[in-house]
Amino acid sequence: MRKVVFAAAFSVLACSPAKGSQAPAPKVSATGDSTKPKVTKDTTTTAGRGAFSEPFADPFPSTYKPFPSKTTVIRNVTILTAAGPRITNGAILLKDGKIESVGASVNAPADAVVIDGKGKFVTPGIIDVHSHLGVYPAPGVEANSDGNEMVRPVTAYVWAEHSVWPQDPQFPRNLAGGVTTLQVLPGSGNLIGGRSAVLKVVPARTVQGMKFPGAKYGLKMACGENPKRVYGNKGGPMTRMGNVAGYRTAWIEAEQYRRKWDKWNADKKGDPPARDLNLETLAEVLRGDILVHNHCYRADEMAQMIDISHEFGYKIRAFHHGVEAYKIADLLAKEGIGAAIWADWGGFKMEALDGIRANLALTQQAGAKTIVHSDDPSGSQRLNQEAAKGIAAGKELGIDISEDQAIKWLTINPAWALDLDSKIGSLEAGKDADVVLWSGDPFSVYTRAEKVWVDGALLFDRDDAAEQWRTDFDLGYVPAVGGAQ
Amino acid sequence: MKRTMNRGTLALVATIAMVSSLGAQTVAITGGKVYPVSGPPIEGGTVLMRDGKIVAVGKDIAIPGDAQRVDATGKWVTPGLIDANTNLGFGDVGFSAGQRELRAKGHDGIAAGFQVWLGFNTQSVMIAPAREGGVTSVVAAPSGGLVSGQAAIVDLNGALALTDLLVKAPATMVAQIEDNDDAKVGASGELIGRLRDLLEDTKTYMRRKSDFERAQTRPFVATRRDLEAMIPVVEGRETLTLIADQAAEIREALSIAKDFGIKIVIAGGAEAWTMADKLAAAKVPVLTGAENNIPGSFSTLGMRQENAGLLRKAGVQVALIGNGAGDEELFNIRNLRYEAGNAVAYGMTWDDALRSITLSPAEIYGVSDKVGSLKAGSEGNVVVWSGDPFEFSSRAEQVFVRGKKIDAPSRQDMLAKRYQTLPPKYNTP
Repeated sequence: MRKVVFAAAFSVLACSPAKGSQAPAPKVSATGDSTKPKVTKDTTTTAGRGAFSEPFADPFPSTYKPFPSKTTVIRNVTILTAAGPRITNGAILLKDGKIESVGASVNAPADAVVIDGKGKFVTPGIIDVHSHLGVYPAPGVEANSDGNEMVRPVTAYVWAEHSVWPQDPQFPRNLAGGVTTLQVLPGSGNLIGGRSAVLKVVPARTVQGMKFPGAKYGLKMACGENPKRVYGNKGGPMTRMGNVAGYRTAWIEAEQYRRKWDKWNADKKGDPPARDLNLETLAEVLRGDILVHNHCYRADEMAQMIDISHEFGYKIRAFHHGVEAYKIADLLAKEGIGAAIWADWGGFKMEALDGIRANLALTQQAGAKTIVHSDDPSGSQRLNQEAAKGIAAGKELGIDISEDQAIKWLTINPAWALDLDSKIGSLEAGKDADVVLWSGDPFSVYTRAEKVWVDGALLFDRDDAAEQWRTDFDLGYVPAVGGAQ
Repeated sequence: MKRTMNRGTLALVATIAMVSSLGAQTVAITGGKVYPVSGPPIEGGTVLMRDGKIVAVGKDIAIPGDAQRVDATGKWVTPGLIDANTNLGFGDVGFSAGQRELRAKGHDGIAAGFQVWLGFNTQSVMIAPAREGGVTSVVAAPSGGLVSGQAAIVDLNGALALTDLLVKAPATMVAQIEDNDDAKVGASGELIGRLRDLLEDTKTYMRRKSDFERAQTRPFVATRRDLEAMIPVVEGRETLTLIADQAAEIREALSIAKDFGIKIVIAGGAEAWTMADKLAAAKVPVLTGAENNIPGSFSTLGMRQENAGLLRKAGVQVALIGNGAGDEELFNIRNLRYEAGNAVAYGMTWDDALRSITLSPAEIYGVSDKVGSLKAGSEGNVVVWSGDPFEFSSRAEQVFVRGKKIDAPSRQDMLAKRYQTLPPKYNTP
C-alpha cells in the first residue's frame, strides 16, 4: 500500500540514486568553441540570441494567457486577506482577471456572477514553493522520473521546466486543494540541482503555457545527506566537508564567468567569451537575477551555507525543509531568509531527526519569513491543514498564532520567496485574482476548497464535477477528481 | 504447538499486567462528553478505572471515595486510538540510519514464521509522539517479501518489558500481493499461485506432520517454522492481512479467502471502493486512509479520498490508517486522528470515523474485549480531548494507558522547550 507512495516520496525527498552513470560533462559551450567550423565576422548581428550569455535571458518564454473569466462577486463571506485583519461578512470583486476591490461591501456590476459565501471563507490562492509536480509525475514510473539529474554534483545547467509533463494528473488535484502557484524544483541529489520553474496551476499543452509570466528563476541547492550519499561512491563529495568544497569551487568559477560576460555585455568588444549553461545560471545568481532555494535540514549546515553566500556575495532566498530552522530562527530573521518548512515531518532520516511541530511557530516568533511547503503531491493539497497544525503547536508553547498570520505562511510569504508578492499572495486591489472559496474555516479538518479562480477564471468547482479539469492521463484511467460519487 | 506457546505467553502477560498495576489507583474521569463507541455518547458521563481496567462507564456511576478524580467538564472522552498498521518500534530513523527490524530475509519471499515483535524496541522515542496524538495501541507489523510475517498489537504504555505491553501476538499474518519484485515473482498470477501453494502445503503439513518429520512428504514451498505459523491462518483462527491496492488484486484475495475458507483483511485497498459490494458480502474488512488521491502507480489509479466513506456506506468494516506520504507509520502515527477528520470531509460519518480508529481495528484483529471501546472489562486506554479529536485545534490533554496517566514528554517536546528562547540553555529541560 504505502510502500509505493513511499518509494515515490523518497525518490524526491531523499533522492535515492537513480541508475545514473558517470557520463562525461556535456558540451554546453556555444560560441567560442574551437570545434565550431564557421565563425561569422560579426556575431552580434547574425548569430541567434543563444550565442550570448545575457542577464534575464528568456529562451523558453511563457505563453500563458488567463482563461476566460466572468466578473465575479463573492459576498457575505469571511475574508482572510493576508494583508491585514480578517473581514467578516465581507465581499470581494474579481474583474478582468484582477482583484478589483475587497471590503465590507463592493459595488457589484450588473453582469457579475454573485456568489453567496455565507459560512464560507475566501483566501488568496495557495502557493507551494516546493513542488516536484510534473518532474516526478504520477504514476511514479521510471520512464517519467525526471527530477534529479544525478550524473555529477553540480548541474546548474538543467532547467526543471524541461522535465515538466503538463499532463501530470497531480496538477488538477493540487488545484482542487486551493493551490494556484507552484515552484517546481529539481530534486536534491545534487549540490546544485538546476533551475526551478514557477507555474500557474492551469491546464496547458506545454509547460510554457503554465509558466508564470515574468517570474524569476530559482536555483535549487542541497545540503547534507543526499548529495554525499549519491556521490560518495561516484567520485565525491563523500562528506559534508566535500559538499562545502563543491559549492565554493562552483561559485569561484561562476564569479570569473560573470565578470568576463558582464564586461563583454557592456562593451561588446571582440569575440564573445564561451557560453556555458552551468556557469551562466550561477552567474545569474551572483547578479541577483535568480533566487536561491536551498534544501537544508540541519541548523549548523544552514549557518555554513549563509557564510558561503556572504563569501561570494549572493543571497539565499529561502531554506527549504529546514527541520532545524527553529534552532537558528534568530539568524534567519537577521539575514532575511525565508524558512520554507513542513508542519510535522521529521525522523525519516538522521538530518531530519530533530523535526518538531513547533518549527513554524518558533520561526514566526523569531521574526523569520515563515512558509509552509510540501515537497509532496499529497501534502500540497492540504497546506491549509499543515498550517493549522502549526497554529496548534504554537498554542502548546504559549505562542499565539492568529489565523490572519497563519494564512500568510501559505500565501504572501511564499509569494515573497518567489519575488512575486507584488502580483499574488494577498487579496488586495490590483493583484491577480487567484482566489479560493473554502467551504468553511480553512484551518478546520472538515473544510475543503469549493471554488478556485486563477486570474479571475473559475478553474475548479467542486460542485460541478463535469467541468473539472482532467489531464490527458486521467482520461480512461482515473475517476474524476473530487467528484462526489 | 506454537499456538499453545502463544496462549502461554498471553496468560503471562495478563498476570504481569495485574501484578504491575496492583498499586494503581482508582481513577474517575467525570463530566465529559463520553464516546464509548460500543454504545451511544454520554453527556456528562463518567469513566471509572481500577487496577488498569475500566470498571464502569455511564451517567450515574458511584465514585469510590479513594478514587482520583479527573474533571473532564467541557472535554471529550474517547477510547485510546488504535493504528492498525505501523512500523513503530522497529527502528526510530526510517532511512539511512540505524537498524531496522521490519523485514525478514525469509525463503523465496516467505517468512510466515517471522515474529516481528521479537525486535520491538519498547523504548523507541517514536512512542511518545504517537501517544500525544491519542494513540494508545498500534498494530506493529512487518513488511516486505510475499509473506512478511506475524504482527503484534502493543499498548503504548511506556513499559520496559515487552510482555508488559503486548496486547496480542501474533495478531495477524501479513502478506503483500501488490509488488511482484518484492515477492520474488515475475507476475501476479505467479504470486497468487505461490500463496495458494503455501496454503495448500500448510493443510497437507497439518495432516502429515509425522511423515514430514520422517522426510516422507513431497517438498513444501515453506520451512517447518513457516508452515507451523500458517496453521492458525488456515484454520481460520488468525486473520491474513493482505496488502493489495488494485481491484484485480482484491479480486484474487477474495477468491483465495473463499477457496480456503480463511479470514482475510485487505490493507491499502486503493481501489477497494470499486468492489465495495463484494467486500461487504464476503465480510472482508479494509484498512485504508483518506488523505491520498494520487494515481501514484498503475496499481493505484483509482485511489481516492472518498474510498473509506464509500466502503463504509456499502457496509464494509473499515479501519483508517495513514496512506498519505511522509512518515505516517512512524513519526506521524500521531496524525491518525486527522486521517479520520479527512475521511469525514470525504463522506464518512463522524461516528464511523471514530469507530474506524478505535473499535473497528480492535474487532478486525480480535481484541475488542481489551481495547477500542470504553466498556467495563476493557483496558483503561482512555483519552481526554480538549474538543473534537479530529480537529487541529484540539489536543489530547490526558492520555491513560492501562489505567495510568502518561505524560512523559516526547523528545520533540524537549527540543521545542529548549529552543523556545535563543540561544538555548544546554542543560535544559
